[in-house]
Amino acid sequence: MMSYLDFERPIAELEARVAELRETANGGKIDVGQEVHRLEVKARKLLRDTYAKLTPWQKAQVARHPERPHFKEYVAGIAEDFMPLAGDRAFADDHAIIGGLARIDGRKVMLMGHEKGNDTASRLKHNFGMAKPEGYRKAIRLMELADRFGLPVVSLVDTPGAFPGVQAEERGQAEAIARATEKCLELGVPMVATIVGEGGSGGAVAIAAANKVLMFEHAIYSVISPEGCASILWRTADKASDAAEAMRITARHLEELKVIDRVVKEPLGGAHRAPDKAIDTLKSAIVEELDGLSSLSRDELIAQRRAKYLAIS
Amino acid sequence: MSWIDKVRNGIPFLPKRQAEDQLWHKCKKCDAMVFLREWEGNAHVCPRCDFHDRIGVKERFELLFDDGKWEELPSPEVREDPLKFRDTKKYTDRMKQARAKTQRKDALINAKGKIDGRPVVVGVQDFAFMGGSMGIAVGAAVVAGLRAAIEAKRPYILFTAAGGARMQEGILSLMQMPKTTVALQEMKDAGLPYIVVLTDPTTGGVTASYAMLGDVQIAEPGALIGFAGQRVIEQTIREKLPEGFQRAEYLLEHGMIDMVVHRHALKEKLAGLVGYLTGNKDAA
Repeated sequence: MMSYLDFERPIAELEARVAELRETANGGKIDVGQEVHRLEVKARKLLRDTYAKLTPWQKAQVARHPERPHFKEYVAGIAEDFMPLAGDRAFADDHAIIGGLARIDGRKVMLMGHEKGNDTASRLKHNFGMAKPEGYRKAIRLMELADRFGLPVVSLVDTPGAFPGVQAEERGQAEAIARATEKCLELGVPMVATIVGEGGSGGAVAIAAANKVLMFEHAIYSVISPEGCASILWRTADKASDAAEAMRITARHLEELKVIDRVVKEPLGGAHRAPDKAIDTLKSAIVEELDGLSSLSRDELIAQRRAKYLAIS
Repeated sequence: MSWIDKVRNGIPFLPKRQAEDQLWHKCKKCDAMVFLREWEGNAHVCPRCDFHDRIGVKERFELLFDDGKWEELPSPEVREDPLKFRDTKKYTDRMKQARAKTQRKDALINAKGKIDGRPVVVGVQDFAFMGGSMGIAVGAAVVAGLRAAIEAKRPYILFTAAGGARMQEGILSLMQMPKTTVALQEMKDAGLPYIVVLTDPTTGGVTASYAMLGDVQIAEPGALIGFAGQRVIEQTIREKLPEGFQRAEYLLEHGMIDMVVHRHALKEKLAGLVGYLTGNKDAA
């Protein structure tokens, strides 16, 4: 049973009606074919219309949809082989960032990203995708490894933000993020990052300062969560919708601002409605970008990244 | 100030009369009443409890540079209010207010000068300007300061103070993290030292970028330094934070910085550091 977002209620009602009719028809006594078809067309149109004009705040909800694919699903669909590597060699293995060696259509890469988890147990295990210093230090280690052995780095960003906790601060959360960002910018191999869900602030940038930054159509990327921004500037989290609007957090806006390079289309109704299709589209986009960067030398890759970030103003 | 004092002080040839609250400073930490001039003369450090209060850009430069002489570098021209941002107030109005209050264009000012005879470029982030927050202008000023240092082959010393990234510039302020990091890499390529002095408070995206990437990391006593804000952490873990959490001394104890230095000893310490790190034959 798919879970619907608040603004999807009219769609949910139509789809429930279709399901109901189908069930009745299972007896085979009443011909409901026409009615079902009519309602399906209507539901589809409503879905299309709703998703064509999602507000930034609605997009934030789609980006956080519990059934949206997460890192493990992307890996399963994108890579024909994945060998996870663990640990920061100093403190722990952070499950909020997963990474390892992978093959994408035969291309060897270092694949890493945030994992949020899909149910209560896995969400706790992955700390809802909020990494601690050890997560960023693992990412640094993996990027260094990739750099030494000539493997392009592919990252998938999906985090509400870096974890705000006492131990995380104690172990240098800020320093870990700063060093990870620095490492992205130093790489002599191609790096392609994709904001697949939530790109939450510094915790996202740390693995997204790439040669090419892609973003799913309904993903969000922002300096602070809409709720956080609202509670500071409007003094109430209820204004999250206004904050989402004002901060320009959507893929289309960020493409205009030249913060991202490419918007990746999602299936109608969001990636969670047809995960396989979404993952396939993303895979082709990543492969295209990797191939586009493959002819650049180490120096050219570093120079391209530097020029790109210096130009953002 | 009473209305009569206002009128009186508005008349140029009469000696100005100061109200009580202009003569005394109340220490934010120990509540001691200190003669304002004494407190100012003590570099905004409480003579009773040693509390390091925030200090302005000009006062910082005065403390640091030889003979009170420095050359301020122009603030880079940048796009203003790129998002046409408005919360309960327009961003442009907030900017106007901050400019009127500080007489500065934005929150980071660079200057060239000498510390104990050693030429340096110094940047100071001003908390009084919208909480020192990092937007396009601050990012551009960090880049400009570093490039001025590279051009003149001098170290860059940066005094940080900021609540974090400037929300009113949205993602563009977040992008200042990689942008300033690129300029730091240019500095590294040039083989020049970058010294950070963390002052109260330095948090958020500023800490998670240039403020934590110094070759040497210094902090002023008691300065609040961290990534996440204390309120956010308390809400997340639902418990009270330990005493001294995220303060300079706490960071020192946890290996995140090299030293905590009293404001009165900063100039000497910085001069010593610059002496060690420059003029060496085999520098890269």
